[in-house]
Amino acid sequence: MVSQAVIWSIFLLPLASFVLIALVVRPLLNRYSMISGFITIGALGTALGFSIWTLRSVALHHDLTFEPVKWLSVGNATIDMGLLVDPLTAVMLVVVTGVSLLVQIYSLGYMQGDPSFSRYYAYMSLFTASMLGLVLASNIVQLYVFWELVGVSSYLLIGFWHERPAAAAAAKKAFIITRIGDVGFLIAILYLFGRADDFAAIGLNAFHIPDIWQAAQPQAALGAVLGGAALTWLALGIFAGAMGKSGQFPLHAWLPDAMEGPTPVSALIHAATMVAAGVFLVARFFPVFEHSADAMTVVALVGAFTAIFAASMGLVMNDIKRVMAYSTVSQLGYMIAALGLGLYAPAIFHLVTHAAFKALLFLGAGSVNHATGTFDMRYMGGLRRHMPITYILVVVAGLALVGIVPLAGFWSKDEILLGAWNGTGLVDTWVNRVTFSALLAGVIVTAFYTVRMIILTFHGDFRGGIEKELEEKAQAAPAGAAGHGGVHLHESPFVMVLPMALLGIAAVTLGYLANPQWDEQLGIPKHWITGFLADGLGAARGLGGHSETLDFSFGMAVVSTVAALSGIGLAIGIYLKRRDQRAEPLEKLGSVYTLLSNKYYIDTLYEDVAVRKWFFRVIAGTLDWIDRNLVDGTVDLIGWFFRNIGTAIGRFQTGQVQAYATGIAFGVLAIILALLLA
Amino acid sequence: MSVHDFYVISPYLAMAGAGLLVILLDLVLPKKSLLPYFAFAALAGPFVLSLIQFYDISESTNLLQGSGVFSTDEPSVLLGALSVDRFALFFNFLIIGATALVVLSSTDYVKNLERFQGEYFGLILFSATGMMLLAAATELITIYISLELTTLPLAALAAFLLNRQSTEAGMKFLIIGAISSALMLYGMALVFGFTGSTQLAEISTSIGQATGDMPFGSYALFIGIILMVAGFGFKLSAAPFQMWVPDVYEGAPTPVVAFLSVASKAAAFAVLLRVFFTGFFDVALDWGILIAGLAAASMVIGNLVAISQSNIRRLFGYSTIAHAGYILVGVAAGVKSGEGIFRAPEFAAIGPDSVLFYLAAYAASNLTAFIAITAISTKINSDQISDYAGLVTRAPVLSIIFALSLLALVGVPPTGIFIAKLYIFTAAVDSGLTWLALLGVINSAVSAYYYIRIIRIMFTQPAVSEEKITVSPAPWLALGLAGAAMVFLGIAPGFVMEAAQSAVRALAV
Repeated sequence: MVSQAVIWSIFLLPLASFVLIALVVRPLLNRYSMISGFITIGALGTALGFSIWTLRSVALHHDLTFEPVKWLSVGNATIDMGLLVDPLTAVMLVVVTGVSLLVQIYSLGYMQGDPSFSRYYAYMSLFTASMLGLVLASNIVQLYVFWELVGVSSYLLIGFWHERPAAAAAAKKAFIITRIGDVGFLIAILYLFGRADDFAAIGLNAFHIPDIWQAAQPQAALGAVLGGAALTWLALGIFAGAMGKSGQFPLHAWLPDAMEGPTPVSALIHAATMVAAGVFLVARFFPVFEHSADAMTVVALVGAFTAIFAASMGLVMNDIKRVMAYSTVSQLGYMIAALGLGLYAPAIFHLVTHAAFKALLFLGAGSVNHATGTFDMRYMGGLRRHMPITYILVVVAGLALVGIVPLAGFWSKDEILLGAWNGTGLVDTWVNRVTFSALLAGVIVTAFYTVRMIILTFHGDFRGGIEKELEEKAQAAPAGAAGHGGVHLHESPFVMVLPMALLGIAAVTLGYLANPQWDEQLGIPKHWITGFLADGLGAARGLGGHSETLDFSFGMAVVSTVAALSGIGLAIGIYLKRRDQRAEPLEKLGSVYTLLSNKYYIDTLYEDVAVRKWFFRVIAGTLDWIDRNLVDGTVDLIGWFFRNIGTAIGRFQTGQVQAYATGIAFGVLAIILALLLA
Repeated sequence: MSVHDFYVISPYLAMAGAGLLVILLDLVLPKKSLLPYFAFAALAGPFVLSLIQFYDISESTNLLQGSGVFSTDEPSVLLGALSVDRFALFFNFLIIGATALVVLSSTDYVKNLERFQGEYFGLILFSATGMMLLAAATELITIYISLELTTLPLAALAAFLLNRQSTEAGMKFLIIGAISSALMLYGMALVFGFTGSTQLAEISTSIGQATGDMPFGSYALFIGIILMVAGFGFKLSAAPFQMWVPDVYEGAPTPVVAFLSVASKAAAFAVLLRVFFTGFFDVALDWGILIAGLAAASMVIGNLVAISQSNIRRLFGYSTIAHAGYILVGVAAGVKSGEGIFRAPEFAAIGPDSVLFYLAAYAASNLTAFIAITAISTKINSDQISDYAGLVTRAPVLSIIFALSLLALVGVPPTGIFIAKLYIFTAAVDSGLTWLALLGVINSAVSAYYYIRIIRIMFTQPAVSEEKITVSPAPWLALGLAGAAMVFLGIAPGFVMEAAQSAVRALAV
């Protein structure tokens, strides 16, 4: 059995790595900045070992409930800090530490020679520690603290190359858009504060996550502290936070811009872990969500819409990382939709497989960038001859994303589709139907943009890389490229290929081996991971026992494979033998193409209309105008009166003081009137 | 006056004495650069005396009741005028701490002043004496005198640079301050007229007899209390009495602005809590709404206008208005409407608790920010935010600490203001002011916009010049202490939280 100290150290090791790099290595040993990389990798390697140990211990049904420590008390409410270790936590720990470890190894090669090498590893350690703290938190306030810290470290990492304006703007956009969602989350927490006394009356703590689950259970004995519309609003508040972090429509706009960060950062944070935190959050509070059909409907429809909506924008992007970013948003939509339909275990299963193959796709994009210096696919092409290993790995990951048997994505996506088709009875039938249709259509689109991306990057003839791009754009700095200037077509170094190969193995085997469909494989029981997660959910509901898992359906497999193959076939037909390699065949779609490549004008709407025109100019501008001008104007009107009685004072100021004094008088009058009328 | 009475007021005497000492030292000291260190050392007097008093009393007692080391049977002549209890002592520590940091951070700044360095520190200490007295005063005349003692040195300090902007700032502060105290005095007179007493305890007993069919029960009280609110509103920098703030913040010397925004604001909240919760509690349901309205207006005006500022000090002027709004949410949350037909107000300690904690957290974060601004503006001679471009290359550590303090002001964990905001909004929800809590949460999200903009400019735009920004050891020490407090309050808030709760129990009606 794993001890409490070991579990805490999963979180404390990367934190210690951050402190050590920030306080010792960077100030004193910056010449040997490689040390920072080794410290981080050592800490994460150990943390991965401990995470696997924890997973094993949870799987063996050891009792891992720990007494939380008191952190602070606000009013009558006590806020604790503690560990919540259940199957969901255990699986997430392994995913986060595993992907993070591989990404850190890859970064040794990718970030080599960057002047801020130590700073990079310090931020990465901070991020990993925050993410692990989030996963382990047993208290909703504790969870929120790490939730914000994850946001801050993401902000730091997106803006890592802060000398580039685009990176700085993207970092700010990400921080602010996710905070809009966080307002909802914070309101949900405040609501729990307001209900703290009701919780206490039946011996529960309103912030302790298992107690919140218990309070949402409708058993008569507990008197259902949470229920009805209140529960729906609580769930929607939490979901708002999840929408921000997981880039669900309409808060998706920050994620594609976040690609300005270094590519390993995109792989770790904006593909595998942080963006999955929203999915994790909904899963964490699933025992609350499932009692509100309305909340579940909203979750399912937002997820389903995002899945197809984001995928459609992925069709026309020219930047390889942006294709993948929209793909990530879309896949997160699958997970959120699955949760909304009540498919708890399949959603997390998909989170796990997605972490593997999407991280690999991003690392592949980084590898391509290492060779060509650009992320723009219009200047790539033909790379399979120069980078065969990267090519094979990207194809494997891409097919896993599309969901081709027997790769990882096939098994997890099929469970979601099957579950959506069967329905779980938690939402109305029409929601099941709509979601299923959107997700199935999403498969075709996914197949299309994935194959388009592979063909544009690796097939055809090489189109010049960064040198050509710069020549055509005739500008000084590459738009989105890393500091890997210059084209030197070659396979990436071993430290970069090794983690990719390991992720490749995971992308091939993980789906079936983690969740064998027919019988036990290599000692892994049938339906292992979904059964494991479903058991955890059962325990959270206070039911226990073995929960249902979905059996493989041959019919659904055929349907989804046909959908995937039709997308693949269409893309191959259009792109592989196209005559003019520089032309974009989709441009023939005319206005649809324009709409998609302008991202449905949503960014324009947010930035130009909502922020600049409406908010900035109208509201803030008006108030500022009043402050500057109306006050002065008032002076002109009443100034003559005061000037006559105050020449001595008048010498000193521009006249505004009188206006301020008048302001005070008006303020007093306004208050008197307001109170009299109220 | 007995020995015991002198013991009761010893921290205030020591603070005023420190001010006199510094002015005298200025006459004899050959090396003026040592003055701030003497001023800093002299703060040990009031600090130690406050500490002795703190351990001399319990939560429920105050020194005027003849307890403590110099216990005496004869009634104190100060009885009714002052209450030296845990509440007053909490603010003593807060104000002494803030004063110490402001003094330390002024060392580089005062080198630019040719004359009057002694007077600069002397005035700060005199003003601090007034602030400490404000937190203890329980009688209207004492409150008025303490308020003047706080304000007049600040007006002189605001005008200290003798240039056009600074003189204007000082003059505006003086005139608006005078108008506010005139309004307050008139308000006090009306309250006295109705209740026949200037002592808060006696006011409290007779105020409940007003039963008229208007707010606060009688017109005299109605107008009187609102005029007092206007007077306090000036000190709190709460809307609609906030108009002087940006101008004064723009013109006055930077360390003085820091002092104004932290210590003076804390003292104003102390006296507001004392007067409204001890004196006017029977009509709390009426002023509760009023305070909630002021809180909402301050948050909205402060945050929205801050967005379009290009001068960092004006921006912080609006920022401080917004924070006054958040803190007022906590004041309004101190009142719950009770059950039954009479709906007598109920005291909700969590409201004032959260106010005290917020003031401590805000003091730490805002001082960190202002010490950094002082250090930066002393060197770059500009307050334009655009001139902060590329500071990270010119002063990396300073920029990082400044950026942290800005994140803290947004309320990002793990810093004190995060806990404080959570505390205050919780209190609001608890007292049925959910709409105000919602407004506060939305406002906090909006505030991220203008704070983050400064970080972005510092870290991403090319530097205007290559010259490094150097800071001498004393401001570094001040910056380190304030920054450490800012983070400490976010990670281990328990200690200060308990101190705040204990202080509020002394206030309890």
